[in-house]
Amino acid sequence: MTKAIPEAAGTPEPEHSEQAEQTTSTGVPETPTQGAESADSRKIADSPGGGGVSDGAWGVWGFVRNTWRGLVSMRTALVLLFLLALASLPGALLPQRSLNPAKITEYRQQHPMLGPVLDRLGFFDVFASPWFAAIYLLLFVSLIGCLGPRTLEYARACRAQPVATPRNLNRLPHHAGAEVDGSPEQAVARVRDQLRGWRTAVREEPDADGRASFTVSAEKGYLREAGNLVFHLALLGLLVGFAAGKLFGYEGQVIVLTGGNQFCNSGILGYDSFRAGALVDGTSLSPFCVKVDTFDAEYLPNGQPEHYRSSIGYQAGADLDAGATGPWRPYQLEVNSPLRVAGDRVYLLGHGYAPTFTVTFPDGTSRTQTVQWRTADQTTMLAEGATKFDRPGLPDDASRRLNQIAVTGLLAPTSSGGKVITSVFPAPLRPEVAVDVLRGDLGLDDGRGQSIFEVPQAQLQSGALTRVARQNLLPGQEIRLNDGTTVRFDRVTQWVGLQISHDPAQDFVLVFAVLILLGLGTSLTIKRRRFWARIRPADPVAESERTVIEIGGLARTDQAGYGEEFARLRTVLLGNGGPEDSDNPRPDGTRDRGGSA
Amino acid sequence: MPVNETLAIYSDYAFHSAVGIYLLAMLLHLGEYARVRAQAVLAREAVLAREAVLAREAVPAGVVVDSADAPAESVSRGPGEPVSPGRSWPERFGRMAVALTILGGLVHVASVVIRGFAVARWPWGNMYEFISAVCLMAVLTWLYVLRRNPGMRPLGAFVLLPVEVLLFLAGSALYVKAAPVVPALQSYWLTIHVTAVSLASGLLMVAGVASVLFLVRRHSRGGGFLDALPAAETLDRAAYRVTIFAFPLYTFAVIAGAIWAEAAWGRFWGWDPKETVAFIVWVVYACYLHARATAGWRTGGAAWINVVGLIAMLFNLFFINLVTTGLHSYAGVG
Repeated sequence: MTKAIPEAAGTPEPEHSEQAEQTTSTGVPETPTQGAESADSRKIADSPGGGGVSDGAWGVWGFVRNTWRGLVSMRTALVLLFLLALASLPGALLPQRSLNPAKITEYRQQHPMLGPVLDRLGFFDVFASPWFAAIYLLLFVSLIGCLGPRTLEYARACRAQPVATPRNLNRLPHHAGAEVDGSPEQAVARVRDQLRGWRTAVREEPDADGRASFTVSAEKGYLREAGNLVFHLALLGLLVGFAAGKLFGYEGQVIVLTGGNQFCNSGILGYDSFRAGALVDGTSLSPFCVKVDTFDAEYLPNGQPEHYRSSIGYQAGADLDAGATGPWRPYQLEVNSPLRVAGDRVYLLGHGYAPTFTVTFPDGTSRTQTVQWRTADQTTMLAEGATKFDRPGLPDDASRRLNQIAVTGLLAPTSSGGKVITSVFPAPLRPEVAVDVLRGDLGLDDGRGQSIFEVPQAQLQSGALTRVARQNLLPGQEIRLNDGTTVRFDRVTQWVGLQISHDPAQDFVLVFAVLILLGLGTSLTIKRRRFWARIRPADPVAESERTVIEIGGLARTDQAGYGEEFARLRTVLLGNGGPEDSDNPRPDGTRDRGGSA
Repeated sequence: MPVNETLAIYSDYAFHSAVGIYLLAMLLHLGEYARVRAQAVLAREAVLAREAVLAREAVPAGVVVDSADAPAESVSRGPGEPVSPGRSWPERFGRMAVALTILGGLVHVASVVIRGFAVARWPWGNMYEFISAVCLMAVLTWLYVLRRNPGMRPLGAFVLLPVEVLLFLAGSALYVKAAPVVPALQSYWLTIHVTAVSLASGLLMVAGVASVLFLVRRHSRGGGFLDALPAAETLDRAAYRVTIFAFPLYTFAVIAGAIWAEAAWGRFWGWDPKETVAFIVWVVYACYLHARATAGWRTGGAAWINVVGLIAMLFNLFFINLVTTGLHSYAGVG
């Protein structure tokens, strides 16, 4: 994201500049003084505003242009990145609606002044808030504004020849020179031989006496900028993929009882809870069905779960079209291995218990129900809930409403026994329920929705519903009510909590994530560096041909390690050590950026 | 999966020994400073001479760039001391400290490996094991940095300090007995994700310490024990080089975490508190890299950002797991 901020002269450590110099040195040979060019001088140099543009228009244009330049500048990118980090912080520290809405209610109760204000400002939905979106959109606009020109520049640099050899190689941070045997042509061949894998250009430059001299310019490490561009472009791709997933994806949870019960992904009404993407209306969910056969959990003696496993069957595609005769394909659903079917994923996210009660009415009719109870304690799997019965065979609604029955209370998979029971172990080793039997009007047909885990408190308080019995029951035991009705606790069934997720873009996101990683690795490990050689015949005194080679090198980015490479080239080309020191520190600390190049 | 109690006990012994050895190494590193200071009083003119050397070294250091290119800086040696016969006390203390750090590292490795055998799984399944792994990575990183650049030795005390504090916390408040892990953690992604995270965290910890000391060194007027530290430029360069290695690794760790989350929790990214702060840490280090390429931010500003990164990273490792409730809240606590 480097933009038009060339390094200021006198920066103490230019060698670490990641990319800053790339914008100014587009393969055009520059004199060392250009390295010190300031941002201002660049602006003046490219200012448009030719004749014929009025002052006012220029003002507006200038404003727009300056705003744009400001937006795509490195400093702005830095500030935006910092803001992005800062703006995400409440997302971690405050309760978030998408994660746990109950905690927001709690927070608002604890902070009656602050809570509503924070809520209005979107602090409980940080990642959906306009200010968060503003920051990352600005950041990505800045990124695009920066990447466009840089990609063009890179394409140009890739086609361009390596820059001409600077007149004075002694001014480079690495340089050396020596006289060697052989003709200049042979020396050129040797230099080129050593620079395999580099992009090289050989130029002839006749010296003052008109004798043939050569310069070799070489550059390597173009992939660094490619990696950099890939990294940033992949970030854009990642954002687009993420957004697409949010628009076209959906996610729903459903509880299914074991023992062959089925769930079909046909519509959102089949779910207990459902979160749809902005462009999902729920009419075209991926068609498939699952059938849950068994659920097994293994626990350590201290009650810590060790393994969850659910045997399921599924149907999709042709199996589904075959209807009831279609085969069920078996699958072992486990915590870290979801079922991937029909473009969706099915996860095993929870489990719990469902007691079966049979109510036998005085007229001999009976009703049996198995309804999931919710887990009240994750460690011991103590469950709570309400199983609701409607008495059959009554002539009218009024009498029906007087005779509805609810069995509500606690279920301990491994009961502690005694009068007040609790659960001591999560597995269903010694199940027992402690229930209240309520009779009266459950309020099931008053038009309001109600939780399947509770009876409406209002009905209890108004007296429409009264408690007629309270008792602990082991499987097989029953309660006899005063009117002769019996309530029997039959057994306990396991249920599994499934999550069905659909995200059509997640594979793209993965691809972009891998590209991000590759781009990042490339841009941080590859070093862009330059090497020059000037080759001229030695003074024609000796009989045998002698050639003077001067070499110079410069790492354009992080110089770490370049010294070794240069030393190797020096040894090979000049024999053991040119007389000159290869490292050329600038005592004033103002070393070239991008060097004399 | 039964737990081998005997091995678990040996692992604990090794852990405690490692903590003790590191502590001793840290004290020896501090002894190095104390001796430097005492000698500074005794040999004032020698100090001045050394400062002249430092000043001379400081300039090429900014240009020569790679410490590997430059001869190992001998800053850590006592003031103008003769190399022979017999080393000076600070030198001896420093060498002993390094030797002990290596020993501690070996014992620490043994502790982690034995723990892994005791529970028959990869041994980073809870906060105790995880912190132990992060600290081990930090120590190994530190030893590697030291090998590449022996002049960094006086940093030892400051690298071992956070390691010691964290290990102490892990071994006391956060200790859990060797046990199998919950089903959600039974995945090969545990190995990949947590290894990458702990290695990246260990690296960033060393980088962060180097940046803190860089800032201290830069703002100090010289004199006192700070003179024993490597030159500011050396510290800054070390911080940068470790960070550019750690950043892609950290990115990989986050991506691995996302892939695992897709398999375990039903989505690859859900702004869980841990994920959110991981994102923040990533952005802060992205800031650092950009600052390194922005005029006026290259040294001081970037170093501050690196320190912010260190704080955010430690915050993510510990606070998020221990205080907030999220999907990473297992790990034997809360």
